[in-house]
This record gives sequence, C-alpha cells and structure tokens, in this order.
Amino acid sequence: MNIHEYQGKEILKQYGVVVPNGKVAFTVSEAVEAAKELDTNVYVVKAQIHAGGRGKAGGVKIAKNLDEVRTYAQEILGKVLVTHQTGPEGKEVKRLLIEEGCDIQKEYYVGLVVDRNTNRVVMMASEEGGTEIEEVAEKTPEKIFKEVIDPAVGLLPFQARKLAFSINIPSKLVNKAVKFMMGLYQAFVDKDCSIAEINPLVVTGDGNVMALDAKLNFDSNALYRHQDVMKLRDLDEEDPKEIEASNYDLNYIALGGNIGCMVNGAGLAMATMDIIKFYGGEPANFLDVGGGATAEKVTAAFKLILSDENVKGIFINIFGGIMKCDVIAEGVVEAAKQVSLDRPLVVRLEGTNVDLGKKILNESGLNIVAAESMADGAEKIVSLVK
Amino acid sequence: MSILINKDTKVITQGITGATGLFHAKGCREYGSQMVGGTSPGKGGTEVDGFPVFDTVNEAVKETGANASVIYVAAPFAADAIMEAVDAELDLVICITEGIPVLDMVKVKRYMEGSKTRLIGPNCPGVITPGECKIGIMPGYIHAPGKVGIVSRSGTLTYEAVHQLTTNGIGQSTAVGIGGDPVNGTNFIDCLKLFNEDPDTEAIIMIGEIGGTAEEEAAEWVKANMKKPVVGFIGGQTAPPGKRMGHAGAIISGGKGTAAEKIKTMEACGIRVAKTPAVMGETMIEALKAHGLLEVCKTIK
Repeated sequence: MNIHEYQGKEILKQYGVVVPNGKVAFTVSEAVEAAKELDTNVYVVKAQIHAGGRGKAGGVKIAKNLDEVRTYAQEILGKVLVTHQTGPEGKEVKRLLIEEGCDIQKEYYVGLVVDRNTNRVVMMASEEGGTEIEEVAEKTPEKIFKEVIDPAVGLLPFQARKLAFSINIPSKLVNKAVKFMMGLYQAFVDKDCSIAEINPLVVTGDGNVMALDAKLNFDSNALYRHQDVMKLRDLDEEDPKEIEASNYDLNYIALGGNIGCMVNGAGLAMATMDIIKFYGGEPANFLDVGGGATAEKVTAAFKLILSDENVKGIFINIFGGIMKCDVIAEGVVEAAKQVSLDRPLVVRLEGTNVDLGKKILNESGLNIVAAESMADGAEKIVSLVK
Repeated sequence: MSILINKDTKVITQGITGATGLFHAKGCREYGSQMVGGTSPGKGGTEVDGFPVFDTVNEAVKETGANASVIYVAAPFAADAIMEAVDAELDLVICITEGIPVLDMVKVKRYMEGSKTRLIGPNCPGVITPGECKIGIMPGYIHAPGKVGIVSRSGTLTYEAVHQLTTNGIGQSTAVGIGGDPVNGTNFIDCLKLFNEDPDTEAIIMIGEIGGTAEEEAAEWVKANMKKPVVGFIGGQTAPPGKRMGHAGAIISGGKGTAAEKIKTMEACGIRVAKTPAVMGETMIEALKAHGLLEVCKTIK
C-alpha cells in the first residue's frame, strides 16, 4: 500500500527523522492558512499524488509570499499531473502539501528495501540525490553504498556512520545523519514497510539533515497489525474496480485490453494473460479468484469483469486443485443469471470435479464455448472478440 | 528415488484442528502419505479424525517420530509456527500459508541460520513424490510416478505442467512448489542441486515468474553445474511494471525482474523456455528427444 508524502513525513517525524515544517491542504484557502502558520518567507507548494516525477510535471512550486501560494494552489489543485509513473492518463491532484522552504546545500539519497538475495533489509545511500536511484544504479553503480542489516540487532550506528562517510556527508553533520538513518530504519521495521525512500535527503545551510521527500510503501500482508497505517489509505488513488475486488478478497488488476480473464492462482493468471497476448489478443485484467473461492466470490468476480466496458469477451481458465470445478461452474451460472451475459464466454476447466463442472455449464442453457486446453481457449476467445 | 520426501517421510500437520489443515491432512493420508498427527496449542491429548493432537511440535515429534511438518497456521502466527518446527529439529518444514508479512520471514531466515531444517515455502502448494508421499494442497490424481522433476514459484502453473506431462505419458520424480513470496526457505538452485544429484531424475522443468532475479541466478547455476536437461517457463510476460501480480514476490520494480530478461538469461544458459504455458509439456518432450531420454521418461503405460 502507498501513502502520500505528507503522511510519510508525519510517520517519520515520530521517529526523530527531521522533516520541513508543513501541513496538508485540500482547498486553496486551506493552503493559504497552512502557509500563514509557517515561520518562513519561502514556501513550497507540493502536489500530493501516489507517483514520483511530480516536480518535472509542474506539481511542485516555490512561492515567495502568500499571494503566490494562493496562485500556485489554484493552479495545481484539480490539475491532472502526467508523470512517468502515472501512465498517460495522469492523476488528478486533490491534496497539497504546504511546506517551508529550506536552504539546500546538497542533496543525497537514502533508501531501505527488503533484499531477496540476502533475505534481509538493506539500507542504500548515494551522493547522487534527486536523481532516480535506478538511473544511478545503471550509470554509476559505484556511487551506491549498501549495508545489510541483521534483523536480530537492527541497523547498527557504525553501519549508518559508514554510509554517511561514504556518501560524503560533511563531518560535523555525520551524527545527525546517523540519527536520521537509525530513525528511518526503526520506522521501516515498526510499520512493516516494503520500501522507504528519502530522495532527496538534504543538508541545509543552517546545519540540518532532513527529508525533503518521503516515499513509504507498506507490506499489505502486514497491514492487519497497523490500523494507523490503514487509515492513511487514499481510495482516490486506486482503481475503483480494484477497490471493489479487494472487498471480495479478489486479486484484480486492470490492464486496459478487451479480454476479461478469470483464473485461479496468481501464476496461472499471469500465464493466461501471456497466452492471450501470444495469440494476438489483449487482456483486460489480471484476476486471481484464489484457491478457496466460493460460488459467491466467483459471482462477484464475474460481475466485476463484466462491469468493465472495454471487455468484449471473457476467458475463464481454471485448473482446480483445492478450487473445485463445480464451484466455479455454479458461480458462473449464478452470475450470468444475475447480469445478462451479452458477450462471448470461453471456459476451460481442468482438475478436481471437472466432469461435474462441465455438466453444470452444459445444462445451464448459457451460451458458453468450451475449450479443451488453455491454448484452445485463448485462441477461441481471441477470434471471438475480433 | 526422489528428492525431499518419499514413502518413509512421517508428517505432522501444524494447525490440524483448523478446517484447512484437517481437510488437507485427510487428503494427504488418503493419497498414502504417513500423516502421523498434528499440533494445536491447547488441544493436546485429543484426537481429530484419527489424528493424535499435541500441544507442541516437540511433543508431537517425540511421540510420533515425525521428521517433517506441514503448516496451515494463519498468516499472523505462521512465522512462529515455522520457528517452532525448526526448534524441534525437523528435517523438513513445508509452509503452505499465504500472506506472511515479509519482515516476519526475514526474522525466520535469521533464526534458521545454522539449523538442520529445510523450509519449503511459504505461500506454496507443497511437495509431492508421486505414488509415495504428498504433502500439501495439490490434487494428487494428476500426478504419476516417473523421472521428470519440477520446481516452481506458482501452484496452479505446476499443476498445469504436471497435467501436460502426465497426459503425454511422462511421470514425475518430485514436484516442489517453492512459493511466490520474496523471502522464502528454498530457492530454485537448492532444488536444482537436489535434482542433479537424484539418480532417478532425468530432466527438470523450472517454472518462474516476474520479480527478483532468482531465475537468472538459477540459469547461471544450470550452465555451470547441471548434468541434466532443464526446460523453463516464465509467467508474467505481459505484466505491467510496479503492480504486484497476486504473489507478493511477483512485481517488476525499478525495471528489474522482467520476464524478457529472465527468458534471455535462461536461453543463454542452455535452458529451453516454453513460449506459452500450454507447451511446457511439449517443450520437455523436445528436450528429452534431443537428449535421447524420451523412452526412459515414458513411465506411464
């Protein structure tokens, strides 16, 4: 799960990580009020969307007085920002962060991830702040320094010091940088983050080490133990169909093609998208109904697919293990009764109770094209939507 | 022969009084696995469907002589269940549970350092040596004993591969689901090593998916060490970057972990990669023909 920059900064502040003073604003007048509360003569007006690259897209402005704050707030609120992370459709700005400006001496990068190779949390730091870390990793990998963290003892001060010295934080500020890194790590583990990126971390003219930006992602498997983080979810940032799917505990991701897919198992669901593409079609979605789906869940999944206007046909691909083919069949029949099935439907069933499942579909009177295999099904649905 | 499990494996089920645990414990017993009991803290001394129930894994091991366990315990408690099994010095622990927080698994991996236990999973279908022992949630009847090993990050794609092999007369030595999580107990290379050393495995199918670089590392290992033909498939060729495709580990981030990159490396390392998931079986048959192994692998009459 993602949260906004201002929310991330509020969490980090609780862990002793220094961030600029600031406040969120949902309207222009709130933005001006927020600015009035700041003791500064330079304000930063920052668009809050769940995507990077806001600055380049015109979502971050420096204001020298309250009038400029008002002007920029008017300009950015409601604007659709298109960045390299939003996709071509962009994202509408509904929240602003109003912050005091600071005297930036130099920008750095500090980030934490769970590293699959070491099975541990790794802290990365670089002198090349402000640039995307992937770019630094590609062009100048020698400028990225890493410390692997032992979960039994956590990030140790000497490791943070090593990183601070490696990226050339001014000597007299190293202790502040260490405190910053220790706080960041503690927030990461306490809140079950999957990514924490501070880009840039800045050293200021008045001798501070602070987070100018903050990107925190959370492990959705751990959200059950972080009610405080759950409250930060912003539904405006999510696809409505994905929200609907999550209410039924379905794994759904919208993709933009015209062939709706319903599959059991994440691996098979991905492979089903692949095979549709292989035969010249475009999948409309990834949808894993899971291992223990009930007929109700299947019905919900079916309706969800049909609610996508781009969908011109549906391919159901099931290999029943725990998931029994007759349960899938019952769910499909029930859903087709509730919503009129006006588009071609190809079903491939294999596995547990396959004969019973096929019988239910055959006797349903529904217009269903049966497929003998995954390839057969993919070919059939692709030709049917053409 | 086989890897990891065989007819002598004695299995306890952690979380045996839960609906899922009991359902699959019965299913595995029907298949012929030695399911010798289970644990459910607080219900020790009772019995459920003929399975003796114990409070702790230690006690269960002492009383039943089990050398393996399978875990169906709910995600918030699953990491603790794994560590309890490690403490009881079981040879093999298979964790089926999906949705364990990744930082819990980071702790588990740290806890397991220096222990004798091998962990398979979490978030996996389990392990099966057809005709001998099934531990997990896979449908037993699609499998048949034979000489092709399978290692996979995905459950249903494994079933798909097994089904394609079986319908073509090719049985399997052992099928291992290593799970779809970013931090897991056993990786591709661990399984490939075991298959390489198993005299009754002639060839291997390796099924990967987007996310991480485990497939690339496995491919390099195959190139350097593998004596047997390896066939592969990678799911998620059409997956968009930055989206988690169901499995916690299946995500392309920072341009890393794409299917194209994995397929390229695998092919460069001598692995035949199936173009679609529908031809995993066919691709294996081609590989077996090329190595003169088809007849010996046609174990189903």
